[in-house]
Amino acid sequence: MSAVIDDDHSHGDDHAHGPAKGLMRWVLTTNHKDIGTMYLWFSFIMFLLGGSFAMVIRAELFQPGLQIVEPAFFNQMTTMHGLIMVFGAVMPAFVGLANWMIPLMIGAPDMALPRMNNFSFWLLPAAFLLLVSTLFSPGGGPNFGWTFYAPLSTTYAPASVTFFIFAIHLMGISSIMGAINVIATILNLRAPGMTLMKMPLFVWTWLITAFLLIAVMPVLAGVVTMMLMDIHFGTSFFSAAGGGDPVLFQHVFWFFGHPEVYIMILPAFGAVSSIIPAFSRKPLFGYTSMVYATGAIAFLSFIVWAHHMFVVGIPVVGELFFMYATMLIAVPTGVKVFNWVSTMWEGALTFETPMLFAIAFVILFTIGGFSGLMLAIAPADFQYHDTYFVVAHFHYVLVPGAIFGIFASAYYWLPKWTGHMYDETLGKLHFWLSFVGMNLAFFPMHFVGLAGMPRRIPDYNLQFADFNMVSSIGAFMFGATQIFFLFIVIKTIRGGVPAPAKPWDGAEGLEWSVPSPAPYHTFQTPPEVK
Amino acid sequence: MNGLPLKRLVRRLLLLTVVMFAFGFALVPIYDVMCRAFGINGKTGGQYEGSQVSDPTRTVRVQFMSTNASDMVWDFYSTADQIEVNPGAVNQMVFVAHNPTDKPMSAQAIPSITPAEAAAYFHKTECFCFTQQVLQPGERIEMPVRFIVDRDLPGSVRHLTLAYTLFDITARHPPVAQVATEGVQRAR
Repeated sequence: MSAVIDDDHSHGDDHAHGPAKGLMRWVLTTNHKDIGTMYLWFSFIMFLLGGSFAMVIRAELFQPGLQIVEPAFFNQMTTMHGLIMVFGAVMPAFVGLANWMIPLMIGAPDMALPRMNNFSFWLLPAAFLLLVSTLFSPGGGPNFGWTFYAPLSTTYAPASVTFFIFAIHLMGISSIMGAINVIATILNLRAPGMTLMKMPLFVWTWLITAFLLIAVMPVLAGVVTMMLMDIHFGTSFFSAAGGGDPVLFQHVFWFFGHPEVYIMILPAFGAVSSIIPAFSRKPLFGYTSMVYATGAIAFLSFIVWAHHMFVVGIPVVGELFFMYATMLIAVPTGVKVFNWVSTMWEGALTFETPMLFAIAFVILFTIGGFSGLMLAIAPADFQYHDTYFVVAHFHYVLVPGAIFGIFASAYYWLPKWTGHMYDETLGKLHFWLSFVGMNLAFFPMHFVGLAGMPRRIPDYNLQFADFNMVSSIGAFMFGATQIFFLFIVIKTIRGGVPAPAKPWDGAEGLEWSVPSPAPYHTFQTPPEVK
Repeated sequence: MNGLPLKRLVRRLLLLTVVMFAFGFALVPIYDVMCRAFGINGKTGGQYEGSQVSDPTRTVRVQFMSTNASDMVWDFYSTADQIEVNPGAVNQMVFVAHNPTDKPMSAQAIPSITPAEAAAYFHKTECFCFTQQVLQPGERIEMPVRFIVDRDLPGSVRHLTLAYTLFDITARHPPVAQVATEGVQRAR
């Protein structure tokens, strides 16, 4: 992806200059493409790191009994896997895509706040260095699950929890600055004629995601600050002995946490809404309803948080409210799935790698959505709560949802980023290995979960042995396949068939009007949008 | 191109960030108020000042539970497991606490009512949970709780449980006072 370097200034702008040379180019850059590239690489490194933690988990769960790691270390692995995948892999990947593509899609020369853009990226390596360093500290790293429920994360936490809190603060600041930048860019830098309802859906979903980020990341910062105060300054936000309440933690956390899951999926919705029309050679079906559905999902995400905590003891009326509100989310989500399918209906479909990932996204995300509906049924949730069924559910919405959305986007826009076509055969191989590996890994988790296997435990009953072995084999397959993806990307950067400005004949959007690779500076004169 | 000038837009977004950070903290009192107003989570109110007329036609069984939080070493129990009460009448139950260690310690009891919807109908006119307990080494005290079950208690509730969890708060509130049950008045 570093092949965006544009040495020949073919766009003919006198003031334009290429990137600086050497390392300082990356440290000091304010160019949205450079920063997007750094976000994407950072996210990929974190994806491999978080993935390697998942490999440790699956290796331990390959057979019943304790074989490879200590239970205490297993807990750190489940915690760090979740934290790194959520905050280090998925979120920065979408910010990277936003940095690269939003200015190109709306005809803007750069992001609205380029210096802040640089700062919000460089906070991330600091945050994750802080977080990962806790694994080497006495007492170990965070071991309380990525949801860090108090008092597990306060009274009973390892000493390194303070590092974890500061890492969350840094990530939060980075996300908020990124979100402010996205909103400012979209609202202020659109090319003439690019009205809101002409924006590509990726831009729309990111605009809504950015508002979600600004609304909930400060609440996350607040909840970890309360933890910090409980641990070090003698307050009792979450300590019953001092008049606080541990259940309060769960309410505040999930007030952040539920919108957070939509933060991780809405940009993927947007990307897929560009990719499916491109390879169906039809305009997106129901653009307006897509926009309103996204807004509806974002609104509903604020009033469903307690469905994560049906078992803590909330009144029946509350359980009913949160149950029905949660099920209501299926309506706008159903609108989206319907629109994607209708877009493909009677289209002239071809199945290049981005389209394969996008179709798998629609099918598998829907499976994850249905298991979510099952979990939303409050009385049934008492059985499913904290079992592998929940693990299966959120991996089905995050892996073939968020991650496949990112893969689809990467393949779709790699020609624009690198100026080369990726190897289609290798891309399809990557897809099929990921598809099979992912389903092998996560589908059996539904069965062991329904049969009662609890999550976050390094050992299990013998009856779950076969399904767990299948899960582990699938996970190893999926994990190894991602090294192969790294190879495909590097191969595409280093060479390949030169990509035309618009490599996909059905693709729409301003990003395809600039040459491939996209010059270092684009749209310094705003394009006219009809 | 359109909308607010960049500076004003960014200022508003930053303001929104600050407001949401404050909202995170505002959730703490909001949560307490909601719990008390709707009697959720089994949280009981503070000291009850009113009085009611006993309803001899109805009896409700009140069960008592006493639990030590982790690390708490005191003996802590009620003098009876359960009593039958008439709604509206004032009742008393005595709890006993004993500090078996050789150090003075302070403790805080946190009450909870099950079923949670009955919490709003359970009034404590006097409770050791309103204060903190300081016990000298080996000291044993009897701690009364006086309560009224409201006449408006829904008919579906035939028995309810008053559970206390006793927390060791010696580290937080060093036991300086000699007099037991003297401490910070807290609204629970």
